[in-house]
Amino acid sequence: MSNWIDVCALDDIDDEDVMRFDHAGKTYAVYRVGEAVYATDGLCTHEQVHLCDGLVMDHVIECPKHNGRFDIRTGKALGAPACIHLATHPAKVEGGRICIAC
Amino acid sequence: MNTSPARLGGIAATRGQPGGVTPQDYRLLDGAGAKALEAGLVNGPWYRCQVARPTLKALMQRSDARALRDTALWFALIIGSGVLAFMLRDSLWAIPAFIVYGALYGGSSDSRWHESGHGTAFRTRWMNEVLYQIASFMVMRRPTVWRWSHARHHSDTLVTGRDPEIAVQRPPSLVTLLLNLFAIKSSVDVLRQVVANAFGHVDPEEASFIPESERAKVVWEGRAWLAVYGAVAAACVASGSIWPALFIGLPSFYGAWLYVFFGLPQHAALPENVLDHRLNCRTIYMNPLFRFLYWNMNYHLEHHMFPMVPFHALPRLHDEIRQDCPPAYASCWAAYKEMFPAILRQRRDPSHHIVRPLPSASAPSISGVSA
Repeated sequence: MSNWIDVCALDDIDDEDVMRFDHAGKTYAVYRVGEAVYATDGLCTHEQVHLCDGLVMDHVIECPKHNGRFDIRTGKALGAPACIHLATHPAKVEGGRICIAC
Repeated sequence: MNTSPARLGGIAATRGQPGGVTPQDYRLLDGAGAKALEAGLVNGPWYRCQVARPTLKALMQRSDARALRDTALWFALIIGSGVLAFMLRDSLWAIPAFIVYGALYGGSSDSRWHESGHGTAFRTRWMNEVLYQIASFMVMRRPTVWRWSHARHHSDTLVTGRDPEIAVQRPPSLVTLLLNLFAIKSSVDVLRQVVANAFGHVDPEEASFIPESERAKVVWEGRAWLAVYGAVAAACVASGSIWPALFIGLPSFYGAWLYVFFGLPQHAALPENVLDHRLNCRTIYMNPLFRFLYWNMNYHLEHHMFPMVPFHALPRLHDEIRQDCPPAYASCWAAYKEMFPAILRQRRDPSHHIVRPLPSASAPSISGVSA
């Protein structure tokens, strides 16, 4: 398992929302749904648009440019124009802080 | 624009044009796409007005209720006008009834196709899919082909050689525009492609924006459409009349004028190859009836800049960003009054376009390979 990286406080991300996190030359999208947190690659697999500007609905992130949708728990692409699954990364809350494994 | 690639305007000439724009530039294969890529116009850094994240998040929220209400009303109006047309079939009063039926079926289906294609009409995904398939057929746009064509239109809006949905290509052809008021020219291409798709062939130009994994859908949709057209044709033969086709199939032609009327001012006569939707999209104020028929797509600049905002929230988005945008057109008349003379001039001078005034503090991010 890779190292856990501290991202931010849990409260820094609103419920049902997403935040961009850049680390070691890569960009990630970190999500909060209730008390659960998730992390995926930060760019849509369709045309490399930052997902952090998108909309989180019911564990689904929708890309802000072409409305491609992914399940943030599994990275599964849910329909055109998103056809290639999104890579996910382990995420957890520890002491009120969100950490992801890159 | 939501009209056919090829599509409303544009001619098939091969000679060069005085303004440096040639009909060949619009081809997706061997057109100006390579030049656009070199100039940084492909999937480029489009200008975006500043909207605070909490505000944008609120604007993006989806709802089933509004679209269910509007869709129920829309189908009720279609069925109602269709029943009326049938009841009046022995009278000349059938003509206005069919005009209304056609406009609803073949014209306002454009906006339903568009909104459900973006997945913003309903919150529930399958509802968007059902409406998308039905409206695609009504407006005669092959569902999967147009889903991908429209994604490209949003990536590279009015970028020559990249955008398959540039409705009025330069130099504009008035004959083509007039023919397509009733989908006469555009539909020939659609029907040819439907048959080709049904037999397993996908046009190479279309294949340039449709991933391999999606092409089987194109083929199956072509077969489904042929089956429906075949059933309507059989009903016409069996009944010895054209009536079945007047209700299913032909409204896509005789009702097309409405989406042309609404859709033409979306981008026509505005500059190509600029990465700023404030310059290449029009927002036009419309009355409540038009906005129902067009599902608020008159807020076209706002839609292009923030495609995740559903139709019912576009007026609120307009209020959020209007200070950073050119003034909206006061009416369709105001838009046409400016647009149509520019289209006429483009026939002689293809480099001509309308320059929209930006607020003084703003500037477009990148412009021009050839415009």
